[in-house]
Amino acid sequence: MLKSPGIQIISSLFSGLIFGSGLWLSGMMDPRRVLGFLDVAGGAWDPTLAFVMGGALLITFPAFRLTDKLQTPVCSAAFNMPTNKVVDHKLIIGAMCFGAGWGLVGLCPGPALAALSTLNADVVLFVVALSIGMYIHDKFFSLS
Amino acid sequence: MTENFLLVRGLAGGIGIGLAAAIMILLNGRIAGISGIVAGIGKGLGADSHWRIVFVVGLPLGAILTAQLHGLVPQIHLDASPMTLAIAGVLVGFGTRMGAGCTSGHGVCGLARLSKRSIIATCTFMFSAAIVVYFTRHVFAS
Repeated sequence: MLKSPGIQIISSLFSGLIFGSGLWLSGMMDPRRVLGFLDVAGGAWDPTLAFVMGGALLITFPAFRLTDKLQTPVCSAAFNMPTNKVVDHKLIIGAMCFGAGWGLVGLCPGPALAALSTLNADVVLFVVALSIGMYIHDKFFSLS
Repeated sequence: MTENFLLVRGLAGGIGIGLAAAIMILLNGRIAGISGIVAGIGKGLGADSHWRIVFVVGLPLGAILTAQLHGLVPQIHLDASPMTLAIAGVLVGFGTRMGAGCTSGHGVCGLARLSKRSIIATCTFMFSAAIVVYFTRHVFAS
């Protein structure tokens, strides 16, 4: 009963709602605040992003320790943990491209999707471009 | 709003993000990595896509509901031109797929798992973003 796909959809929705709520509360939906953190030479450095990451890790660190103690997740059959342990050129080049795009405008995927709620046309354009970037990778680069 | 208040809000928002990621892993056994969850939807609208779609819909919904409750409209300050937005979007979409994660998957979840790949990826995208900001704001600034 607890492990039905229906329950998983409800817990997913809850997770998304709380995630979006946290993004709004944190102030990180505003690209200006994110750039204020990334601009270490700006003279008016905004440390908020570090507090957001720290607050999140305060919860996720013990939560992931708990996955070792649980046989299975509460609502599904098994944990889907990443299995790739190799540090390769794709990880590095991918992270560099992501960072470059993030630094250009101050939006990463989570805040961009949450910011769609404001119906800001620039955010919509960014999310469309983000989807195209994902498509280009998965279509032409995922088998190399 | 004072600076300290903004930091407390940041910490509280971070705890909310952490709670969301904890729900995703402990209840559903999934990593709450936004880029991975979104990309999975593009692979087809089968049974595996339903939880992804409601999660993604939950993000703007959660943001707007909380903003409404507080009576505050979220401020989005974007100074970039449409061309820059398009280039940045493609870079973020492409890069998060090639690097298998973004701020949530590698940052919030991967660092908590003490994954070597995630620690290296997080340092790399933070560094690369800071370099780009340095050049756009302090070297090529108009």
